[in-house]
Amino acid sequence: MKVGVVTFPGSLDDRDAARAVRAAGAESVALWHADADLHGVEAVILPGGFSYGDYLRCGAISRFAPVMSMIIKQAQEGMPVLGICNGFQVLCESHLLPGALTRNHGLHFLCTDQKLRIEKTDTAWTSSFVSGVEIVIPLKNGEGSFQCDDETLEILEREGRVVARYLGDDPNGSRNRIAGISNARGNVVGLMPHPEHAIDPLTGPSADGLPFFTSVLTQLVGK
Amino acid sequence: MAKIVVDVMLKPEILDPQGQAIGSALPRLGFSFAKSVRQGKRFEIEVEGQPTQIQLEEIGKAAETLLANPVIENFSVRVEN
Repeated sequence: MKVGVVTFPGSLDDRDAARAVRAAGAESVALWHADADLHGVEAVILPGGFSYGDYLRCGAISRFAPVMSMIIKQAQEGMPVLGICNGFQVLCESHLLPGALTRNHGLHFLCTDQKLRIEKTDTAWTSSFVSGVEIVIPLKNGEGSFQCDDETLEILEREGRVVARYLGDDPNGSRNRIAGISNARGNVVGLMPHPEHAIDPLTGPSADGLPFFTSVLTQLVGK
Repeated sequence: MAKIVVDVMLKPEILDPQGQAIGSALPRLGFSFAKSVRQGKRFEIEVEGQPTQIQLEEIGKAAETLLANPVIENFSVRVEN
């Protein structure tokens, strides 16, 4: 199983994402932002960081990177894609996911171990979770406030596309405390917190993030 | 040389914490009449001579796809000499 991890100029968490892929038992393949093809990968992770320096808007320039045209096309055809933090912002800018991520309501860059509830387990990236399970993984961003119009919010809730929700104090002012969403098909997931930093208690607050990466393997094996 | 100017603002219903922070700083400087502040972006695109209608429409497309995110932002296009 080959899972690609994209490195844009300014990506930070690509190494940890690749490590999480290997910890889950898959082969990680490094994809460069200027690559014209996906080197035969069966799933893609867009990692956290500050791609293109977050210039203009987070993810706005990355969305037009050469590698993204192929990722967008294959995601629309059902390839599993996980966007973490900056990757989530890229997925929204690419219109693979609805809404947008804006400045945290408190203006602070947050770096904290965040409690979440996993609410949707029939996606390519969350099938290894039990629905309703509470997990703790790092949250670190300045622009993580999920915003969308009322109609989009109603659709996301009605179709059960909220993958994860913040528990405890509201960290960033996201609508309905949304931490992650999926597309209608469930192959594309965007998540503001960082599961790749929580795959081993030695280096993270928990190993609660690992099921995101084992989920996609189960999905690919089952095809 | 004329400039095509694109102004981008967060939609009114989108929270603008940066604008709010600026808005709360102004009264501290004595500008107590300032009721609220919204922060936006301005892009200046230089063109040779007077921009044509087609160029303005093209910039409108560029604004819609790159300069602004229509999910959270509004934009306007105008010419400045």
